[in-house]
Amino acid sequence: MPALLEAENLRKVYQVPGGKRGTTDLVAVDRLSFQVQAGASLAIVGESGSGKTTTARLIAGLESPTSGVIRVDAQARKPLPWSRGERARHARQVQMVYQDPFTSLDRSQTIQACLDEVLRYHFSQDREGRSRRISELLSQCGLDDRHRHRRPRSLSGGERQRAAIARALAAGPQVLILDEAVSALDVSIQAQILNLLASLRSALGLTYVFISHDLGVVRQVSDECIVMHRGTAVESGATETILTAPKADYTRQLLDAIPRPGWAPKRRATHPAGL
Amino acid sequence: MTLTARLARAPALLRAEEPRAKADMIAVAAGCVCLALLIVAIFAPLIAPYQPDTIDAAAINHGPSAAHLLGTDLLGRDVLSRALYGARLSLLGPTLVTIVSTTLGTAIAITGVWVGGTFDRVSARFVDILFAFPGLLFAVLAVVAFGAGLIAPVIALSVAYTPYIARVIRAAAIHERQLPYLEACQLLGYSSWRTAVYHLLRNVRLLIVAQATLAFGYSLLDLAALSFIGLGVQPPTAEWGLMVSEGDSALLNGYPYESLAAGAAIVITVVAFNVLGERLTARSQARQ
Amino acid sequence: MNTPAPGRPHGTAPGPQLLDLGGLRVELKTGGRWRTVIQGVSLSLGAAQAVGIVGESGSGKSVTARSIARLLPRGARVGGDVRFDGEPVWAMNAARLRRFRARDLGIIYQDPRAHVNEMHTIGDFLTEGIRDHPPRERRERAIAALQATGIPDADRRLKQYPHQLSGGLLQRVMIAAAILPGPRLLLADEPTTALDVTTQSEVMAILAEQRHARQLAMIFITHDLDLAAAVTDTIAVMYAGTIVETGPSATMHERALHPYTAGLLAARPQPTRVASLYTIPGRPIAAYESGPGCVFASRCAHAQQRCLETRPKPRQLGDHVVSCHRAEELQHILHQALERA
Repeated sequence: MPALLEAENLRKVYQVPGGKRGTTDLVAVDRLSFQVQAGASLAIVGESGSGKTTTARLIAGLESPTSGVIRVDAQARKPLPWSRGERARHARQVQMVYQDPFTSLDRSQTIQACLDEVLRYHFSQDREGRSRRISELLSQCGLDDRHRHRRPRSLSGGERQRAAIARALAAGPQVLILDEAVSALDVSIQAQILNLLASLRSALGLTYVFISHDLGVVRQVSDECIVMHRGTAVESGATETILTAPKADYTRQLLDAIPRPGWAPKRRATHPAGL
Repeated sequence: MTLTARLARAPALLRAEEPRAKADMIAVAAGCVCLALLIVAIFAPLIAPYQPDTIDAAAINHGPSAAHLLGTDLLGRDVLSRALYGARLSLLGPTLVTIVSTTLGTAIAITGVWVGGTFDRVSARFVDILFAFPGLLFAVLAVVAFGAGLIAPVIALSVAYTPYIARVIRAAAIHERQLPYLEACQLLGYSSWRTAVYHLLRNVRLLIVAQATLAFGYSLLDLAALSFIGLGVQPPTAEWGLMVSEGDSALLNGYPYESLAAGAAIVITVVAFNVLGERLTARSQARQ
Repeated sequence: MNTPAPGRPHGTAPGPQLLDLGGLRVELKTGGRWRTVIQGVSLSLGAAQAVGIVGESGSGKSVTARSIARLLPRGARVGGDVRFDGEPVWAMNAARLRRFRARDLGIIYQDPRAHVNEMHTIGDFLTEGIRDHPPRERRERAIAALQATGIPDADRRLKQYPHQLSGGLLQRVMIAAAILPGPRLLLADEPTTALDVTTQSEVMAILAEQRHARQLAMIFITHDLDLAAAVTDTIAVMYAGTIVETGPSATMHERALHPYTAGLLAARPQPTRVASLYTIPGRPIAAYESGPGCVFASRCAHAQQRCLETRPKPRQLGDHVVSCHRAEELQHILHQALERA
């Protein structure tokens, strides 16, 4: 069965200031390929500069790869810029939840208005139908009528993130990209949201692409995982295998650096310049 | 006890709705003054005891009396009535300048920031060029070229004020542009227009109102100054700047009431609008 | 055996410690209203000891650290005692306070870029606290401090500006700057939260080295219980502006006695196994949102009537100090839950 989401030899190069000619090439992602089946959950793990955020943006369609192909539902993506119709159609396929729950919502909109806007834009329902759908979305995400008429600033971090998830789901996507979606949350709230995401996936048959630097989180939410370092995939496969029996040195380094009972911080043997 | 029951008894698990920021009393006071002035201007015919042109030949340059609360001017016209009627023209000019300059300035700023690239660079240079026209001087030139009155100065000042508003709105828009919610709108498939107007513009609207309020105050001053030197509204029309100038001979003779009344009206109006504008600007920035 | 005061490391002799917090209470004015942010924190720290203060948003952990350095907003209402070597910090005059902050205290913040002056070179930044020493000595000490934190090419670095350094490198410079004047107490407020996990390990290792070499006491503030446990001797868990449990770091993960601590431990996702994460319902609250009873009662699965009405006082239970009415009864349940987790 063909994969729902597929990437083939992705490469993304940015022009940055520097070098002899005034600008120089920065290779953010190189030779990246993966496949995600419908209903599966893929995690992309890495530290800063690994290219995981760039990959998320490429999958979301916010940027075009310099070379390589992305296929959603077996259809290859056209390069940007897209027409309005294409963007709307794409919005109903792939959505994203951001890291910062405050600035990723329009702070002047109530949750109700925010969700209503998505529904009005994409679907033809009357006001009652939309209202029912909003209630459904809110309860799926663990929110209720008390939150409906509030603006983001009077919601807690966890509530805002639930609202952001509800907004993403309102468009009815098949693929949800979670870009460090729990990194900015308190530990106890993070656990709530992770459980929510897991239950949403099984209830709605969603497909996840989970970007994270936290291997503990990755273990909870993904079946498959790609470890990225400086733009390339150093290891990929089943999450359980990679985290219990890592093959790549970098993956081992990452695992060793995680605080846990009995752990002590260690200095690296080598000092990479500019660390 | 079930968990639900316990939670029901728990104090505010829901983050307490942030109480509305305490009403800024000074801004409210200034706002009331502005509102009062606008009402006076609109309802002048109903409030004023006399017509602005009514001449009482027997009462030239009189001080305040029962019949004339603020006295009379050199032609025997009631100062109070002229001040009330004068409000109409004195406030009309600034209103026009404000509407035009705010609309143009906002449009240039938002479009530039949204579209970016060459358009942004060109419009930024265009705005820089507009800065080169000092407001009052430009208005004088316009009068010299097109004749005295209200129209030429209003157009000139509108052009001169646009870059100031554009610059402030642009700075706020640039800050707003990099927030992820606008990108989320793009991902949700919203059109550029919807994202730029319904989302970006709405989040800077308080600042726009604040800047418009400031523009009102400054343009009032500029237009009154023009009338004062005889290049704006012409006699016998009632207008504050003009009244200040007409009353100067009486002033030298010890009857300051016309100049004083008109001058006070100008000062009160400008201060009220400026204070309101500054407070709104501060509030819009605190909201971010 | 004498029962040590709450928060005092087990087995410490009575008498003034390097740092003593007694019933600290802080009220801050936000949005026009006075709000209690810390309600009764008591803690003691001896020379060369390290305490980790662990908590989530609203717990008051950062404000506690700032209270020690007297870095609260102007007009903040502070009650209780903060004593450094027996001397009340909040009674210090301006000159003594300056010396206290420059010499006795070293502070490391979460975001180095926000706390460094971009217009000054690294060298100037490092030697700001020791301006009264001769220039040659200042330079030598700066170079020594940079080398101690493992920054290669120290000579060249002195002339560089902050924007030329990466986050990890700049944080090392912050550590160097904090230890250079020879302080006796380090306040580290989430120093590695913004760093990659591999960089974090490196920076924490350097910090631990320096601490041992110079016999520095440390208060380490973080939301990461495992990290705190690895680099400190004692852990104090804060919730809603008060300390709910204190205990030795090494065994906290399996012998937590307070339901909140146990809940935190059970909620962390581990790379080693998949589990439906235990979730504490609701959200972390601040001091001013707590009621008359136990601060955690509204979210506690084991709360009873008395928990909602009376606030439990901190008491000794084994080598922990815990504020919970039901601590003895719940020991077994919590221990079992933690073993399973």
